[in-house]
Amino acid sequence: MPTPSKGPRLASSPSHERLMLANLATALFEHGAITTTEARAKRVQPLAERMITFAKRGDLHARRQVMTVIRDKSVVHLLFTEVGPRFATRPGGYTRITRIGPRKGDNAPMAVIELCEPLAEQAVAEATAATRRAARERAAAVTPAAVPAATATADAADVAAADAPAAVEVPVEAPAVAEPTAESTEDATVEDATPAEAVDVAAQAPTAEATEAQAAEDADRA
Amino acid sequence: MAVPKRKMSRSNTRARRSQWKAAPITLVTCDRCKSQKLPHTACPTCGTYAKRQVLDA
Repeated sequence: MPTPSKGPRLASSPSHERLMLANLATALFEHGAITTTEARAKRVQPLAERMITFAKRGDLHARRQVMTVIRDKSVVHLLFTEVGPRFATRPGGYTRITRIGPRKGDNAPMAVIELCEPLAEQAVAEATAATRRAARERAAAVTPAAVPAATATADAADVAAADAPAAVEVPVEAPAVAEPTAESTEDATVEDATPAEAVDVAAQAPTAEATEAQAAEDADRA
Repeated sequence: MAVPKRKMSRSNTRARRSQWKAAPITLVTCDRCKSQKLPHTACPTCGTYAKRQVLDA
């Protein structure tokens, strides 16, 4: 049990403070995370954690004690069925306060108070967001290296492709002169084998680079 | 009630006000986005604190 706070109450009177903190705790359990002023977040934290301790106990007496603070039965049900079991293995410290800087208007220091174990769908959303961020950071690291490599291989492909049809047209036994692909040059003479391989390798390399870059862009857009 | 006997001179007023100074605030660099932010506070640019997403970015 944390020590009672000294000094003046928040809001205008002790009863007003109790009501305000009860409303804040209700909103916290309903939404998982709320934005409020730092002073209110600090004052509601012990109350909210006490409610979670009651929820972990889970008997009728605990439920009635919680009902004296949180008047919304649906939120109490949510607290006892979903929030409490999530913290079964955590010995206290159920909420987290993060400062987010001063508020525009009155410059009040604001904070986000949230439950440390997020709901399942929130956890999934957070995980996907983290994956997306990681992909973006990786793409940002890869892109400067990939772009020159892709242009270099593309240039090599252009040069090799320009050479290959000329080499194919010289021998008479070349089957498909009009189609200067790697398959057609494979049937040509031994001298043509080297540029044909060059074309083959060069043709594969830019496509691989392109698909990787495309995947990174897709990950960014998603 | 005690009241001032004399009008305060312009010199004294200005000498007193010469001590009104604004101090530069302390800023640190965000781990993720490298922008300047308040210490011990979530980054307002990328919305993260200690590599954890706090604000909707």
